[in-house]
Amino acid sequence: MATHKTLGSREVHAAMERLAAAIEARHRHAKGLLVLGIANGGIPVARRLCARLGIKRVGDLDISFHRDDIGTHPVPKEFAPTILPGDVNGANVLLVDDVLFTGRTVKAALDELFDHGRPATVELAVLVDRCSRRLPVAADFAGTTVAAADDEDVVVLLDDDPARDRIDIRPRALRAERASIR
Amino acid sequence: MTWTRRHLLALEDLTLAEIEQIHATSAAFKKILKRNVKKVPALRGKTIVNLFLEPSTRTRMAFEMAAKRLSADVIAFDAASSSTTKGETLRDTAKNIQALNADMIVIRHSAAGSPLYLSKILDIPVINAGDGAHEHPTQGLLDTFTMKEHLGSMKGRKVAILGDILFSRVARSNIHALIKMGAAVTLVGPSTLVPHGFTALGAEVSHDLKSALADADVVMLLRIQHERQGHRHFPSLGEYTSMFGLNKTRASWLNPRAIIMHPGPINRGVEIDSDLADGDRSVILEQVTNGIAVRMAALYLCAGYQPEHVISSTE
Repeated sequence: MATHKTLGSREVHAAMERLAAAIEARHRHAKGLLVLGIANGGIPVARRLCARLGIKRVGDLDISFHRDDIGTHPVPKEFAPTILPGDVNGANVLLVDDVLFTGRTVKAALDELFDHGRPATVELAVLVDRCSRRLPVAADFAGTTVAAADDEDVVVLLDDDPARDRIDIRPRALRAERASIR
Repeated sequence: MTWTRRHLLALEDLTLAEIEQIHATSAAFKKILKRNVKKVPALRGKTIVNLFLEPSTRTRMAFEMAAKRLSADVIAFDAASSSTTKGETLRDTAKNIQALNADMIVIRHSAAGSPLYLSKILDIPVINAGDGAHEHPTQGLLDTFTMKEHLGSMKGRKVAILGDILFSRVARSNIHALIKMGAAVTLVGPSTLVPHGFTALGAEVSHDLKSALADADVVMLLRIQHERQGHRHFPSLGEYTSMFGLNKTRASWLNPRAIIMHPGPINRGVEIDSDLADGDRSVILEQVTNGIAVRMAALYLCAGYQPEHVISSTE
C-alpha cells in the first residue's frame, strides 16, 4: 500500500530555482522564449517561472481535445482555452508542465502546438520528473525528480501564498475525482 | 462533474448542470472553429452514421461538419436510395449499422420516440437529431447557447416563442432547457397551434401577441409546418401573417436589445418579414454557426461518457 508523502515549500522553491537556473544557463536570451503552460497543472508553474526569469510572453496550451484516451477517461468539465501570446511560427517555444509521467501529455501538447503553427524549436521544462516515461519524450529541464509507484499520483500545489506550496505523493485518486483535478 | 450519458435523446431528461456542461464544452469547441486548423483529433478512428430519415439541411450538415472537425469518419445515410424503400424496418436498419461497426448513430425520424427505441436495442451512443414533434435536443442546446452569448444568464429573462408550437420539437426542447435555466417562456400563436396543455411544461400560453412580445428579451419564430398538419389549423397563410407574422411594428414592442431567432428553414414573408430576418437584431445565422460547436460537444461528450457504475465501483 502506497504511503502519503509531501515535499514542503522549501523543496518546491529549490526545485523552481534549479529549473530557472538551468533555463538561464542554456538561454542567454531567455526573455525571447515563448513560454506555454500545459493546462491545467502547467499553467501556474509557467507563470511562476516567467516571473522569476522576467519573461513576458507566457500563454496556456489546452490539450483536452488531443488526448488519446476518450472513452477510458472522463472528459473534462472545464476548459482552460489555449491562449497564445505571440506567433508560434518560427518561435522558440518552451513548454512547461508540473509533472512529467508517461509523456502522453507532452505528445498531445506538441500536437496542439503544431495545429497553431510551425515553431523553430520546442523545449520542455517540468517541475517534477517522475522518471517513468513511456514515450521517447524527455524533459530538457527538470526542477527535481521524484520516485513514485505507478499507482501513486504526484500532485503539485502552488498556492497564492508561496509558503504553502507543496508537492504531494499519494495513492491514485479515484477516477471521478481525478477528472475534476485535471 | 463527469459526463455519464451515453445517449442524447431529450432535454427533458437532462439536469441544469448537464445543460451547462454541454454549453461550456461548446464554448471550447467554438474557439477551435476560429483557428487556422479547425480540426482536433478527439474522435479519430470513430465512425459516425447520420441516419436521416426525414429531410434536413442545417442539422445534417452541421452534424457532418461537427464530426469531421472531431476527426471522425462520417457516413451519411441516404433514405431515398436505401433499403428502407424496400421495406426494411428501422430496427433492422439500425442493427445493421451497428453490425457495420459504427461507433455512434445520429438519427432523425418522423416518429417520436424512435431515438429512445434505438438507444434500447443498440450498444452504441444514439444522438437525437429530431424525432417527430417530440424533441430536437441539439437545436434547443444551440438556441440557449446563442441566447447566453447575447444575454448572459437566462435567469429571469423573458423568451417568447411564436408560431406553430403544436407540431414543433424545437419549441419543446427549448421550453425544457429554458425553464431549467430559470427563464420565463411565453408561447404565443393561434389557439389551434398553441394548446393550453403546454402550461404543464412550465410555460405560459398566450394568444395576445402584443402582451407576449412586450419587453421580451428573445423572440423565437417557428416555421408553419405544412407537412405535419393533416388539416389546416388556420384559414390561410395570409391570415396567419396578418395576425401573427413578425413585422416592424410588432418588433418594436420587444425589449430594445432583444434578439430575433429562427431555427430555419424560414418562410420569408410568412412568419417573419424579410427585413427583420436580415436585420441587426436577427441572430439566425449565428444559430447555424453555433450549431457546429454544440454538435461537436454532444458527439464528444457522448463518445467520452463514463457509465455510472464504473465511477461508483472505483469509489
